[in-house]
Amino acid sequence: MNSKFGRIWLIAVYVFLYLPIVTLVIYSFNASPLVTVWSHVSLKWYAALAADDDLISAVGLSLRVAFYSALISVLFGTFTAFVLNRYRRFAGRTLLTSMSSAPLVMPDVIVGLSLLLMLVSLQNWLGFPERGLFTILLGHALLGTAYAAVVIRARLREMDGTLDEAAMDLGCKPFQVFRLVTLPLLTPALVSAFLLTFTLSFDDVVLSSFLSGPGYSTLPMVIFSRARLGLNPSINAAATVMIATVTIAVVAFSLYQSRISRQRQREIALAYSESNQTL
Amino acid sequence: MKAKVTDIYSNLRRYINGRQLVIGIPYLWFVILALIPLLIILKISLSEMETTEVSNMFTAGGGWLTIKLNFSNYLFLGTDPLYFDTFVSSIKYALATTVICLVIAYPFAYFMARSPAHLQPMLLMLIMLPFWTSFLIRIYAWKTLLVSDGVFNNILISLGLIDTPLQIMNTSTSLMIGMVYSYLPFMILPLYANLSKLDMRYLEAAADLGASPFKTFWLITVPLSKAGIIAGSMLVFIPALGEYVIPELLGGSDTLMIGRVLWDEFFSNNDWAMASAVAVVMILLILLPMAIFNKYQADQTEAHR
Repeated sequence: MNSKFGRIWLIAVYVFLYLPIVTLVIYSFNASPLVTVWSHVSLKWYAALAADDDLISAVGLSLRVAFYSALISVLFGTFTAFVLNRYRRFAGRTLLTSMSSAPLVMPDVIVGLSLLLMLVSLQNWLGFPERGLFTILLGHALLGTAYAAVVIRARLREMDGTLDEAAMDLGCKPFQVFRLVTLPLLTPALVSAFLLTFTLSFDDVVLSSFLSGPGYSTLPMVIFSRARLGLNPSINAAATVMIATVTIAVVAFSLYQSRISRQRQREIALAYSESNQTL
Repeated sequence: MKAKVTDIYSNLRRYINGRQLVIGIPYLWFVILALIPLLIILKISLSEMETTEVSNMFTAGGGWLTIKLNFSNYLFLGTDPLYFDTFVSSIKYALATTVICLVIAYPFAYFMARSPAHLQPMLLMLIMLPFWTSFLIRIYAWKTLLVSDGVFNNILISLGLIDTPLQIMNTSTSLMIGMVYSYLPFMILPLYANLSKLDMRYLEAAADLGASPFKTFWLITVPLSKAGIIAGSMLVFIPALGEYVIPELLGGSDTLMIGRVLWDEFFSNNDWAMASAVAVVMILLILLPMAIFNKYQADQTEAHR
């Protein structure tokens, strides 16, 4: 009785989670201009998408912002994670911990407002930065750094510290240890942090709205402004393309990850058998 | 020129060693992008401004050194019933979201943790997968389902359950559906992490001692999963409090939420000081549950010693 009820509960929640996504995908192939009335299967909204210049330029901007902000996030996220993991004691450690988790906790509207007001005061002082790609990038990179730091820290924590010590004993300088030992072991975490921060940036609407200037609309900003006006079948098609792209990327990444972990296990097994032979 | 650069470098190296440099980089990053902006919000919320006159604020007032405290924005927040109602209704919506998410997620996480071990990674993956699709799109998708000539109403009418379409869209019901939908995974994941580590021997012991399944659940499982319940509730309550996109797309014009008021003060009324004051109060509202959470965690570590 218990497990039957449990199975129903599990299925019901999954239906709840996937129902809107599935409906959206199905209705993107609907020929009717009325979003809620089904007429027959058609690809006309995809054709409309290909001719939609606003949307296409927004995709270009979003991809650029997401790529660069993910790069910056992984860079600073690695520094943050490394410092918080490696240096147990330094002045202001608590401050760094809370500053790096603040963007995760604060609602987007607060992060957006506070960053914008700072950038505006900076502009009044120094004459730059103009609002545009650079300011959107800063906002996304701030949020991304916070997330990347969490992901990379989790990997650093489970990594074996003895490898670093061994490298040090063999005469490596700290930076060499980092480059030759820590970084290669960290790569899967860096890739997943990159993907996560890329998606976060590609999905963000609130921060972008605060930080963008005229002429700089990211894809979510365009979708949001259209969605506010009402239902719009072209959004369904755009959404389906996004969902398909993301699904492919996620599947590819999980294949990559399982390959990496298999490879690592093989290498470890090999190293063990060789060390046993020498002994 | 080149000699000069190396000079600067060696001068710098005299004061800063490698360790300080490594610590300094993330420190500077977050001070500039996280700490200073928050201090500026605080400063602006205490300033008196007509409209977008931020440029004058630093020069006219003699820069940063003379900060005149001006609580008029906060007094206005306290006296205008609109703001008060907004704060109250935001807290209500965020609390309701948290409770409904907990009621749905707890049994879910419980059964997920009890399901066969080889199925669990897939079940977990299915929870995480929607995270990778655009949040905005998923919220928008609910509109197609909920509007008066939408999928739900069409199904209900064709089944003969109702004659006239139900008005779900643009009510607090559609807002709650969207909020619960978006935040449910944030409740499920910490609960699952907690419940999957539950020591089954406690439950067996309770059953051996004659406790009914319900009693075992209530007296053993629930107390042991308290940390997961609290973590999940925090992950849901705090972002729900400041939510902007969901009420904007699903909530209709009369659902009052702080995030929306802040947005309107800023973008429609151009009142930057008021928007900052709203943000500061929102931060204080977030710090309260955080403090309770931290105290709870501190007590836990104390108890474990």
